[in-house]
Amino acid sequence: MTQAALNPEVAVEDVWTLAGRVFRSRLIIGTGKYKDYALNAAAAEAAGAEIVTVALRRVNLSDPSQPMLVDHVKPDRFTFLPNTAGCYSAEEAVRTLRLAREAGGWDLVKLEVLSNTKHLYPDMEETLRALKMLVAEGFSVMAYCTDDPVFCRKLEDAGACAIMPAGAPIGSGLGVQNPVNIRLIVEQSTVPVLVDAGVGTASDATVAMELGCDAVLTNTAIAEAKDPVRMARAMKHAVIAGREAYLAGRMARRLYADPSSPLGGLI
Amino acid sequence: MRLFVNGEERAFSEVSTVAALIASLGLDPRKVAVERNLEIVPRSTYARAGVADGDRIEIVHFIGGG
Repeated sequence: MTQAALNPEVAVEDVWTLAGRVFRSRLIIGTGKYKDYALNAAAAEAAGAEIVTVALRRVNLSDPSQPMLVDHVKPDRFTFLPNTAGCYSAEEAVRTLRLAREAGGWDLVKLEVLSNTKHLYPDMEETLRALKMLVAEGFSVMAYCTDDPVFCRKLEDAGACAIMPAGAPIGSGLGVQNPVNIRLIVEQSTVPVLVDAGVGTASDATVAMELGCDAVLTNTAIAEAKDPVRMARAMKHAVIAGREAYLAGRMARRLYADPSSPLGGLI
Repeated sequence: MRLFVNGEERAFSEVSTVAALIASLGLDPRKVAVERNLEIVPRSTYARAGVADGDRIEIVHFIGGG
């Protein structure tokens, strides 16, 4: 056993690198669906998040004094990750992210090109097309995708800086539906892999991390909890637990019992 | 001068630059991004970027999203 393993205090800090930037928190949280921005900010703090996703929309011209996200969830405290939610074509997504880059002043973005409103699964053909356009324009693109290892490889080959397969449909809270595929994607990828979408409660985030994901992105599970700040805290611990379990290396599964107490010396 | 701002047709007088347009709408230029006829207007150029009759302007900002 190494010194680091014996004494966690001297362990090398477990960080991850995304597009050249180092992060300690492995929990990215969304900023949608909260009752208000103040609660949103409190949840982000409780989650220990360093990155929050944000959407880009037209300003309300009839009431320019309405509350603004940046007044509560501050861009100097959190890294803003602009998304393309609501975009159904590569052109819409690229146009949105060009504006987001101007609004936020930085190149790290979350690409999602959706297919239909029922399941909100990404249109992978359009996603790949948009990814290539964005990479050519110098963006660092985290790609929301289906849990298809073949397409995930294509995304990485096209220059995605992170692969973000859905665990289950956006906002469904169904948890990781296809752990086999998530594990395959983790194994083959040389860029960070995040489960994005589908997390419903803390154990879902733990499952994603136990499969070897670098981080988890969740929005609805926290925003729609009865106590969002408490759920944010639960998610923080869940991600840490899953990461630690992954690094620790789980025991082998057995089909039958194996006694924990020695059989020798029985009276 | 008539501009289409965020899809809405509006009349403006004495507004000749993007900076003036943002000010006349009561917005904080540090919190928005602007597109003029589908072209990004860099924030550093607001003061000299002109607007002309019939322009289609989009003014956007970050809101909560997942």
